[in-house]
Amino acid sequence: MASHYEASIRKPLVTGDKNYHDVTIDVAAPVEGNANRQWWIVFGIALTAFLWGLGCIAYTIGTGIGTWGLNKTVGWAWDITNFVWWVGIGHAGTLISAVLLLFRQKWRMAINRSAEAMTIFSVIQAGLFPIIHMGRPWLAYWVLPIPNTFGSLWVNFNSPLLWDVFAISTYLSVSLVFWWTGLLPDFAMIRDRAIKPFQKKIYSLLSFGWSGRAKDWQRFEEVSLVLAGLATPLVLSVHTIVSFDFATSVIPGWHTTIFPPYFVAGAIFSGFAMVNTLLIIMRKVSNLEDYITVQHIELMNIVIMITGSIVGVAYITELFIAWYSGVEYEQYAFLNRATGPYWWAYWSMMTCNVFSPQFMWFKKLRTSIVFSFIISIVVNIGMWFERFVIIVTSLHRDYLPSSWTMFSPTFVDIGIFIGTIGFFFVLFLLYSRTFPVIAQAEVKTILKSSGEKYKKLRDGE
Amino acid sequence: MSSNKVYWKSVAQLNKYNGLVQKLEQNEFVDKIPVDEFLGDEKTMGDSNTNRRDFLKYLGFSTAAASLAACEGPVIKSVPYVVQPEQIIPGIANYYATAIADGFDFRSVLIKTREGRPIKVENNKDAFTLGDGNARVHASVLSMYDVNRLQGPKAGGQDIGWSDFYNQVESKLKAMAVSEKPIVLLTQTYASPTTQAIIGKFITQYPNVTHVVYDTLSSSQALDAFENIYGVRALADYDFSKAETIVSIGADILGDWQGGGYDSGYAKSRVPKKSHGKTEMSYHVQFESNMTLSGAKADKRIPTRPATQKKIIAHIYAQLTGESLSSDLSTEYKKVVDHVVTRLKRSRSKAVLVSGIEDVAAQEVVLAINEYLGSQVIDTAQPKLIRQGSNEAVDQLIDDMQKGKVKGLMTAGVNPCFTLPNAEGFKTALSQLELSVAFSLKEDETAAAVQFVAATPHYLESWGDYQFKKGHYALAQPTIRPLFDTQQFQDIILKLSGSSNTYYQEIRSNWSDNLLNGNSWNKTLHDGFLSSTNAIEYDEVSFDVSSQIKSLSSASAPAMSLVLYSKTGMGDGQQANNPWLQEFPDPISRVSWDNYLTVAASDAKSIGLKNVNVSDGALNGSYAIITVGDKSIVAPVLIQPGQAKGTVGLAFGYGERRGLKDEMQVGVNAYPFYNDFNAVQEVTITPAEGYHEFACVQLHNTLMGRGDIVKETTLEILNTKDKEYWNPIPKVSKNHIEFEVTSPEVDMWQAFDRSVGHHFNMSIDLNACTGCGACVIACHSENNVPVVGKQEIRKSRDMHWLRIDRYYSSEETFGGDDQTKENISGLGDSLTTFGEMENASENPQVAFQPVMCQHCNHAPCETVCPVAASSHGRQGQNHMAYNRCVGTRYCANNCPYKVRRFNWFLYNKNDEFDYHMNNDLGRMVLNPDVVVRSRGVMEKCSMCIQITQKTILDAKLEGRAIKDGEFQTACSNACSSGAIVFGDINDEDSQVATLKEDDRMYHLLESVGTKPNVVYQAIVRNTDES
Repeated sequence: MASHYEASIRKPLVTGDKNYHDVTIDVAAPVEGNANRQWWIVFGIALTAFLWGLGCIAYTIGTGIGTWGLNKTVGWAWDITNFVWWVGIGHAGTLISAVLLLFRQKWRMAINRSAEAMTIFSVIQAGLFPIIHMGRPWLAYWVLPIPNTFGSLWVNFNSPLLWDVFAISTYLSVSLVFWWTGLLPDFAMIRDRAIKPFQKKIYSLLSFGWSGRAKDWQRFEEVSLVLAGLATPLVLSVHTIVSFDFATSVIPGWHTTIFPPYFVAGAIFSGFAMVNTLLIIMRKVSNLEDYITVQHIELMNIVIMITGSIVGVAYITELFIAWYSGVEYEQYAFLNRATGPYWWAYWSMMTCNVFSPQFMWFKKLRTSIVFSFIISIVVNIGMWFERFVIIVTSLHRDYLPSSWTMFSPTFVDIGIFIGTIGFFFVLFLLYSRTFPVIAQAEVKTILKSSGEKYKKLRDGE
Repeated sequence: MSSNKVYWKSVAQLNKYNGLVQKLEQNEFVDKIPVDEFLGDEKTMGDSNTNRRDFLKYLGFSTAAASLAACEGPVIKSVPYVVQPEQIIPGIANYYATAIADGFDFRSVLIKTREGRPIKVENNKDAFTLGDGNARVHASVLSMYDVNRLQGPKAGGQDIGWSDFYNQVESKLKAMAVSEKPIVLLTQTYASPTTQAIIGKFITQYPNVTHVVYDTLSSSQALDAFENIYGVRALADYDFSKAETIVSIGADILGDWQGGGYDSGYAKSRVPKKSHGKTEMSYHVQFESNMTLSGAKADKRIPTRPATQKKIIAHIYAQLTGESLSSDLSTEYKKVVDHVVTRLKRSRSKAVLVSGIEDVAAQEVVLAINEYLGSQVIDTAQPKLIRQGSNEAVDQLIDDMQKGKVKGLMTAGVNPCFTLPNAEGFKTALSQLELSVAFSLKEDETAAAVQFVAATPHYLESWGDYQFKKGHYALAQPTIRPLFDTQQFQDIILKLSGSSNTYYQEIRSNWSDNLLNGNSWNKTLHDGFLSSTNAIEYDEVSFDVSSQIKSLSSASAPAMSLVLYSKTGMGDGQQANNPWLQEFPDPISRVSWDNYLTVAASDAKSIGLKNVNVSDGALNGSYAIITVGDKSIVAPVLIQPGQAKGTVGLAFGYGERRGLKDEMQVGVNAYPFYNDFNAVQEVTITPAEGYHEFACVQLHNTLMGRGDIVKETTLEILNTKDKEYWNPIPKVSKNHIEFEVTSPEVDMWQAFDRSVGHHFNMSIDLNACTGCGACVIACHSENNVPVVGKQEIRKSRDMHWLRIDRYYSSEETFGGDDQTKENISGLGDSLTTFGEMENASENPQVAFQPVMCQHCNHAPCETVCPVAASSHGRQGQNHMAYNRCVGTRYCANNCPYKVRRFNWFLYNKNDEFDYHMNNDLGRMVLNPDVVVRSRGVMEKCSMCIQITQKTILDAKLEGRAIKDGEFQTACSNACSSGAIVFGDINDEDSQVATLKEDDRMYHLLESVGTKPNVVYQAIVRNTDES
């Protein structure tokens, strides 16, 4: 019996006539099998990039922020661009697992595990930047309100940067707990299948003694729901607060009330694009085409199209408000964005974020795997440019023309960015070989209502 | 005698043959330690394990050991005074009045010393003459702590002792005196009465010696002209504060023209003042080729070639006196001449005409014009004596040396082997001489070329007396014992003359005999100056200049003229090893660490020279080959708005040379082009390959029509319209009602209570500011601001807490810019128009705006700092707690004024930044009251809180109220033009409180709502064309 009413036109979510055991086998295969050549090659590349990035970070901390391309006028550039970009990417996971859980969107089951993993890994990348962008990162703990003996020193609760600290750390911890809770039955499944004692030991540790009793399941369901409820407002709050870094300032181009919704939409936009990028590869490499189907990709594409359009409206609203405000600094800031020395960044952003998702109106395109993959990359590039445009083009020409200048990255700026991409993929690749990449316990619950085999059975085919 | 007693420990020991006792004596441990047993038994080893307690023991020991090992603190050696010197109290500064006279800059100054170290130069505000230092004077203290200074006498390149030096030089001198071989003493202008007397004695002792005075940058023609007319070799002095109309023809009156020092008087006449119900200020017309500070401040600036300038002088004279003169002056210039003549006639005795043209005829005509006007501005009765060099005498010397007529040369305070146009030829001739001695501070080219080098002390280590102008004297005293093994030129000359007196004794006796006139020596030394009304009485003076007029009016112009000039920061280049001055951005071009060929935009286009900005915004300029006669060099090109077409400019003082750190070897040497000591040369410019990398701190030159940044109006509007019209406070609408942005109605902030205690404000009068940059250096020196070097400046990472923004208008005037911006209609128009507004006009209006932290009462930086490192003080300052800063740079981003400076690297004790903060000698200049910032923290102007706190504490100790004017900052103290006024607005009678209520007052970016504690006084231009 289906757990809920399902229209007959709904396509099955799991294809390939899978039964419960098939799901187990499919999900456990990457963990139990050996890594192939491609995995090692990609892992090698990612690890090299990561180590290179680590070297650049060490150089920065050892020598000074002067190793970056920043100057007296442009005090943030790639550092905070990367920070916001990674945080933005980290948005899709929670949205998929929490919001879609609350909305009972069962298609999320095939992708939520990896989307959440992506969230956590990208928030880790994001979290790096606020620390290393500090002139004295060894004092980074000063931004935490810890009772101290430095005198009557306390953090400044007016500062949006401090809000960021709370927002990001809360987001990271809630996401992590939510993710892990979901992982428990799946770790237990791998533990139960494990033959090697070491593996068994590890997975029994990871599964927190999951026994599979009804009480476990009941608690599991309850916790999931509670955490989903907790995580949902975070989806909105994190990027809202990140946008406050800019919105509460006095710099034309930053000081904008539209930023919170605009940033949240942008974050979901980029997050979904990144999920697409990762899953399109993973379904192929890990033989998960039956679970992550074209239908999933199509749904994701629709979200990308909608959020992309929201972002587009936001861009145009900004331009309109700049003109309508009658404030010359505001007007010039936006004119300069679009036509000044960084016009190429602005139009890259526009092309990637506003124009490219519009192709998704065509069913043929949005169900094309190759095209979806290309667009997902394009969107990620576009969203990086969006943050670059907001940060750098607003700063480089603000109020006093005497201070106007330009920004150009150094190899260290670039190295650290590439390093975080490497770090992200190192984590993701390790994850894909050691973690159950599909929430198999959850997927099994929909086999009878949304698995191809059982649908056929039910329909009497 | 040592004791043989043996102490026994037990009875058994008494028996020598007790085997057990013997055995025990050999073995420390009675029982054998069962090491083998323990380690050899694998089973025991396998079973043994480190239990929790053992683990904790190991952990405890290793932690304690590691921390003990790390516990050795740094050793800082400090030696207490055994005998406390009189007057030196640790922590309290002493001030000494002295004077700088390096042959180029002559000023009375105060020196601040801390614990016996001179650390800062300040203006001697009480001095009647030349009491206000320029940027170079303020920076001169650092030149004393220069590691490249000569540290002792030398002979043939080897260090020798002074006694050897005296023996060898004296024997040579005596031998040459006997054989009557001529020797020339080539010195800078000393303007020192006692030095003059000492040199006189020396010449009496050695009659074969003649004295020649050589000014590196010559004013010889003006001296000749003055001598021709008045019979005295001196320069007319000017008091521009009395002027109503100032006409300058090629004279940079705010620069180094004839020794400079005119800015304060000039600024006084330029500040609009109410008299008889009408606001008045002077009117200034400037004809010039290069864009100078004077041209930038002028009401009317006419870019003019040097030859045309000569014609204009002739025409003005002719038209004033009613003589007829025919010439080929274009109608455009004729119109200007008409205008100038009308103006001069109207102002008459309150008018003055000055010229910087190096031509005796022109200078004679200038004197004649001022005489005709009856100008009260010019002072010929007490002329200036700070330039005495004679081109003729120097030429004669070079000639004699080359012909072998002169057998010996002694140089003092000059570096002819670098500064003469034919330096190589001079060096060759110098090497042929029997005797060559250089008295030098640095190991420069001349010091390297002579047989004997006498290391001389810096002026802060020296005695001296000077007569800056007739009847106006200054005294110099040492402020520190000589750092190196040096002796003063005068002392050496005295000793060589066989005198047993020191220079100090000579000064004292000379002053008490001739100059003091009953004044106390101690008081005069304390004050540093002595002024009298002693004036020269002239007999009949005739002003027949008809022939001069003719020669001037027929001056012919080459296709392209090179106009050499001295830069505000570098002057004649004596202090090229001073990192503050190298990093000082030129007030006009805002380029630091360089000189360059300034070219007009249209000329640059026709020759094919370009300025481009690279991807990080930094400025690149094409190279050009400059050819004068048979000499040519390659120099970078800077396109200079306002440069007269057909002229190019190049500054002295740069180029590769000896005695300079590698970092300071920047720019090109312009001296080879200084033929015949004439700053104007015929030149050909051809483009060369490649681009030069400039370190320019301001990459955007125009104001983009943002009239609210530099507010300005005209004298006419000021007189006829009310403030609302020309200086309105921006409005903001709330509930459809317009409020002024300063109104509490539209203020979301809780205001601080400012009624108790002091509330500091600073007023900056943009009309009075001449852009001289003395404040920039004073701030650099007071606040231990690091020097970051050319490459970092190029990356827009200058550290100056106080900068002077310079804007060019894009249209003819800034008003025109505002108009253009207003008239923009539609998107397409704004796209093109804003693009065009980025380019400066060919002859733009110029505005200077000193900007430092505005100390906002509602500071955007304070709200965004996560660790509250930036917070507000009770006295209005915006504080920066360096120790708390973690370096997020959010504050800098959110600062609308972009005044915050980040320590991108460690700038002290770091070989990458090998400037004064990287050696012990250079670090002596650091102000102990201001912390040296570490890497990774933000820094900015503190409104010199260390000075204001000192003032408050002093008054408290003395139990008195603080008078207006006592509160100062480094910049307000250095500002001789009175543009920067600092004080407490809670003192209602203070000057700054009055200025805050002035009609011209406005806040920078008022509409942002930051409520700054720095206020500006709007520019007023005297545009009356009638």
